[in-house]
This record gives sequence, structure tokens and C-alpha cells, in this order.
Amino acid sequence: MGEEKAVGCARPTGGPVGERVEEATSEKTEAEKEVRQMIQVGKKAPDFAAPAYHQGKFTNVELSQYLGRWVFLCFYPGDFTFV
Amino acid sequence: MFVHKMWNDHELSKMVDGGVPFPMLSDAGGRVGRVYGVYDEDGGVDTRGRFLIDPDGVIQAFEVLSPPVGRNVAEALRQVQAYQHVRETNAAEVMPAGWKPGKDVLKPGPDLVGRVWEVWQTKQAFD
Repeated sequence: MGEEKAVGCARPTGGPVGERVEEATSEKTEAEKEVRQMIQVGKKAPDFAAPAYHQGKFTNVELSQYLGRWVFLCFYPGDFTFV
Repeated sequence: MFVHKMWNDHELSKMVDGGVPFPMLSDAGGRVGRVYGVYDEDGGVDTRGRFLIDPDGVIQAFEVLSPPVGRNVAEALRQVQAYQHVRETNAAEVMPAGWKPGKDVLKPGPDLVGRVWEVWQTKQAFD
């Protein structure tokens, strides 16, 4: 999934998709932001884009590319962590 | 991302034939992890979160562990099998505690209220 992309020397990173507009326009309190960001079963998974390594290529992945398929989204502290 | 390549090519590909089959994403800075509630601000790392997302983009299950303990892959697979079954039956069949493929399901409805004990035994939660 995702286009292969050229990589430079910068450390690429990803982030939520469509969040910036909301951040710029909202004046919500910290507590409200907390609620907005809460993850719940039965609710939509927040979309995001992130650079990826996949089968020998550097690509860009958006969660929304996987609509129509089951997805396991797994986070971990870092490469080469032991468990 | 560059380290993903090193880890895959030099270690993980020795554990899994052909290397990691799915994309390994980078979340440097934790912007994605923050949205999912798994980013540890003090440690500066994403903790071990696992989210099961259905074909509509809806989160059906998640589990988050702190760094020193790994997740249970068999349990994750059991959950996706269970949710797939629920989805196929349009929730006419649901999965009691301890369900795994081949075991009894429950059919919710007025007739089942207060009578689960007749069709399901506690030991089924454990075997």
C-alpha cells in the first residue's frame, strides 16, 4: 500500500490526517482536547499518515487506505527492543 | 524508518521467512501515538498498543501494555476471528467469554435472558 517515496537525510515522521485545521480554529480547553482524543471501541479510528518501510521500500501509509480490510495497528517503543 | 530496515533485514528476517510482511511505520515524535493514547511523554516512546480496526474503520478492540511485556498474538487473532464472525452474522451470533473458533456461540434475544446458564457452562471460559 502507498506510493514509494524518495528519502533524504531528514528524519521523516507522520501525524494525524486532517487535524491541523481543527487545531488552528479551536480554542478548546486541555480537558476538552483530552476528551476529543480519547479512543473508544465502537468509534472511528483516527486517520493518520506515516512514513513506512515495507518489503525493501520506503513508502507512505495512510490508515484510510485500509478501509474495507481488517487492520491490526500496533505500536511499540522502538526497533530492537527485546520483547 | 531507516532503523526499521536495519531491524527487519538483520534480525526480524531471521525470525520470519521473507521478513516482516506488513508495513513498519515510523512515529518519530509520537504524534500518532498521542492521538491513540499510547505515547509515554516521560519516556518519549510509544507503549505497546494494539488496535483492532474493522473494515469500516471502527475500532473494535484494543490493548495497551507497558514496554517490558509483549503481546499475545494468538489472543489478537482470536479476537479478529470473533469479530469477523459477529460481522458475518450481523451480530445475530455473539461470542461468550473464552470463545474460540469451533466453540459454541450465543444467539441474543428475549428467550436467552436469564438462561445463559442453560446453554453455556463456566468451564467453557477456560478450556
